[in-house]
Amino acid sequence: MDMAIIEMLRGALGKVSGFIYPNELELQWSVLIVLYPYITGLVAGAFVLASLERVFDVKAIKPIYRLSLLVALAFLLVAPLPLNVHLGHPERGIEIFMTPHTSSAMAMFGFVYLWYLMVVLLMEVWLDYRKEIVEWSLSEKFWPKRLFYKVLTLGVTNISPRSLEIDDKLGRILTVVGLPSALLLHGYVGFIFGSIKANPWWSTPLMPVIFIFSAMASGIAGVMLVYMLACWARNVKIDMPCLDTIGKFLLTAIIVAFSLEMLESLQTVYEAEEHFDIISLLVEGKLFVSMILIQIIMGSITPIFLLGTVQLVELPEKARKIFYALAGTLALIGILAMRWNVVIGGQFFSKSFLGFTTYKMELAGREGLLSAIGLGILPLFILAALLYLLPPWEKTKESI
Amino acid sequence: MTIMKNFSRKQFLKTAAGAALVLVSKAFSTPVQAAEKFFREPAWKRKKPYWGYAIDVNKCIGCARCVDACKTENEVPREPFYFRTWVERYILRRSGEVNVDSPNGGLDGYLPPADPETVTKSFFVPKICNHCENAPCVQVCPVGATFLSEDGVVLVDKKYCIGCRYCIQACPYGSRFFNPITHTADKCTLCYHRIKKGLKTACVEVCPTGARMFGDLSDPKSAISKFFETENTQVLKPNLGTQPKIVYKGLDKEVR
Repeated sequence: MDMAIIEMLRGALGKVSGFIYPNELELQWSVLIVLYPYITGLVAGAFVLASLERVFDVKAIKPIYRLSLLVALAFLLVAPLPLNVHLGHPERGIEIFMTPHTSSAMAMFGFVYLWYLMVVLLMEVWLDYRKEIVEWSLSEKFWPKRLFYKVLTLGVTNISPRSLEIDDKLGRILTVVGLPSALLLHGYVGFIFGSIKANPWWSTPLMPVIFIFSAMASGIAGVMLVYMLACWARNVKIDMPCLDTIGKFLLTAIIVAFSLEMLESLQTVYEAEEHFDIISLLVEGKLFVSMILIQIIMGSITPIFLLGTVQLVELPEKARKIFYALAGTLALIGILAMRWNVVIGGQFFSKSFLGFTTYKMELAGREGLLSAIGLGILPLFILAALLYLLPPWEKTKESI
Repeated sequence: MTIMKNFSRKQFLKTAAGAALVLVSKAFSTPVQAAEKFFREPAWKRKKPYWGYAIDVNKCIGCARCVDACKTENEVPREPFYFRTWVERYILRRSGEVNVDSPNGGLDGYLPPADPETVTKSFFVPKICNHCENAPCVQVCPVGATFLSEDGVVLVDKKYCIGCRYCIQACPYGSRFFNPITHTADKCTLCYHRIKKGLKTACVEVCPTGARMFGDLSDPKSAISKFFETENTQVLKPNLGTQPKIVYKGLDKEVR
């Protein structure tokens, strides 16, 4: 028997308020499941940003096209990890793919994920880098790296103009397919929660839509910060028209996501169904800091104010950079708080609507804070490796 | 190709118009009868045996022998947060206040209510898995480890469950828990190992007042069938459309 869990739950018994069904003492989905929609959202958002350049021809953001793709890939590789680490039997996790239950949102997510990773993202990165990969496979001096590129060419070394033209066309088609796929990927994460009718905090058809727009906001903010950091680290001047354009998109995404969230709340308040009392207690109490202060005031209203100011007032370059960095960071924190409020918040109250349980995050342990931080920064290491192996800068230099 | 060539625009329009006409006339000629549309024959009319369960709230005295028997019979961990069945006590007061408790699922007994003069009524409500016909836990299981058996029982295959806990989230009744020994989802099986041998479930076996009833719904002569047919019963959270097979007699509107 898992004595650590038993001890923890014995301690939690005294912290229950009101009445909960006895089995509800244990909070089933820990901080790792907070990370999962957060990371997936970053993927979807980064890809949407890349698509803006490719599909909608937003020339200004060309410098970050490849960077967005690599950010999406780095986070996508990590996305299923928190889920698997969380399983009671991680060794059986593969069964989701081998014997999927078709009526389960979670099982279908596996296929949406695979489709997105294998068909869309990897293909798109490969097609976009194919010319360089072939060149590097010949010119690279360090032999293991040369071998790596050689394998990566997949035996296709034709880089004639005609062949590259086909690559470009295929890439464009892939992005057109990829855009709805990215939205599907994250909309589906929203559906995993939104389809649980037992839980009124989750069960809303708006959930996938809110997830999609907050995903866009987080992904755009993430790529923006990575771009600013990378420029600073490489001692390269930031392309301001590019940054300004990203800022505009970020503002739009935050406004839409925030409006949808507020509409959803308004609906809950106005309809005031059976669960209304417990939900209002939840928001005023256990979620006051993480929802009202962090998610809404700090993570939504402040970035809207900052980014809005940039639009309305003519600010010098330096001030704009500070505003963008601040707004991006706050938005990322706010969206992490939003995931927390959905996942953890939704498990605080009893389905009897008569009381609350508690959640004490472990520090160490499989589902503890350290594990979450580790999984949270793992994509950054993967990104660093990707940036080393597939530097996205060459092309951007030409375009600047 | 020849078919395509012969299929002129005129012919296409003719076919489309014809199809539209058929659809429109169908809509007007045979309105769907709500009664026909919504009637669903219960599963126990087709399958044999098909297990059902009933609880008479007025007969429950809150002794929690059922809770104890269940823990022993099914090796449920003896901790106050793992239950396949438990008993809740409701205390309704003149002010409209509702107090609910279930100390250690009822095993620790219930303290006398504070301010007894303000109490209008008090009663016990035993809870178990509702073995829903339309079970949300079954719907969400990503690998099909939890399923509705041929004879109407919702079961978990603990050798197959991956332990994702999605089913626990999906159950509106709090009937499932995560077993700390097997690391899989756990719940009431209606003592499947016993009922397969013709025995009663442990909780029904030990209930001293007959508040808990169990039997074969496919047998029209069984006591449970008679109870289902003749008594005024309710189910928990009917608005969720889960179609529980555990029915309650004498359920108060305050019960959640």
